Amino acid sequence: MTSDKNWEELGRKNLESENDIVMARQLVRHYAKQLRMGIVDQTRVTTAVSELLRNMYNYAGGGEIKIFSGLVDEKDALIITCSDSGPGIEDLELAMSDGYTSGMGMGYGLPGAKRLVDRFEIQSKVNVGTTVRIIKWR
Amino acid sequence: MKIDLHEKRIPIIKIGNYLIVSIQVDMHDKLAIQLQSQILDEIEKTGAKGVLIDISVLEMVDSFIGRMLSGMASMASIMDTAVVIVGMQPAVAITLVELGLEMPGVDTALNMENGMEMLEKRLREEDNETFESH
Ligand SMILES: Nc1ncnc2c1ncn2[C@@H]1O[C@H](COP(=O)(O)OP(=O)(O)OP(=O)(O)O)[C@@H](O)[C@H]1O
Ligand SMILES: [Mg+2]
Repeated sequence: MTSDKNWEELGRKNLESENDIVMARQLVRHYAKQLRMGIVDQTRVTTAVSELLRNMYNYAGGGEIKIFSGLVDEKDALIITCSDSGPGIEDLELAMSDGYTSGMGMGYGLPGAKRLVDRFEIQSKVNVGTTVRIIKWR
Repeated sequence: MKIDLHEKRIPIIKIGNYLIVSIQVDMHDKLAIQLQSQILDEIEKTGAKGVLIDISVLEMVDSFIGRMLSGMASMASIMDTAVVIVGMQPAVAITLVELGLEMPGVDTALNMENGMEMLEKRLREEDNETFESH
């Protein structure tokens, strides 16, 4: 997974309740605005985060979000990491495909979030947890 | 009467044949579900012919809220009530399409006035159809 010690951490939040999803996406909006991203990109990244956090809340019982700004491939970026210590995802390729859901969703959360950002990295290990990193150029 | 200060209920206003709902807060999932059943209850109670839902202050509509809105529109149409979503921000509309969420059966209008016109037109058309079939 892409990472860099020189990234500046802007904020982080623990995800324990449904309302934390609301607060976390507002936090992301706040920093996207502060980094002077356009209104459509602000909305894209906020919506992607909402999808990822809802998954963590529903399937892993919670998680954590961290928000950074920094350079990725020498470009200024907003970097967001969402991680949980839930059951993990057995078949990542299946989970990333449009319309696949193990529950009662529509299966657009993960593939939809991927379409909304410039980079999407996912790592998952059964019984260990799932980490998703999304990157949006500024 | 017990008043729960933490409960953020979204008010539903009835004007003539219509219900008007203005969503002013970023809703968590339970609140969205609650609003959906609140509106359906109100349609049943009042026999309203149309519902206008103003989402102009919503900065984001994700798959959950999108599904709540389209689910409500299709349930309302079974009850013979039209739903119009008013004032969706362009950035929100673009994001919904990219997310892959189509909202079939959901009518949208730029503002309240247009939304109201859409509903009136719908009602007039329905009246004509009833008239013609007799
Ligand atoms: N953090 C996670 N931990 C464990 N499993 C996950 C996690 N995120 C996603 N999954 C699995 O991947 C599947 C696909 O996720 P996705 O968000 O695309 O769809 P969904 O959540 O089922 O439906 P929707 O997001 O449309 O409501 C889920 O059904 C679930 O099985
Ligand atoms: Mg999901």
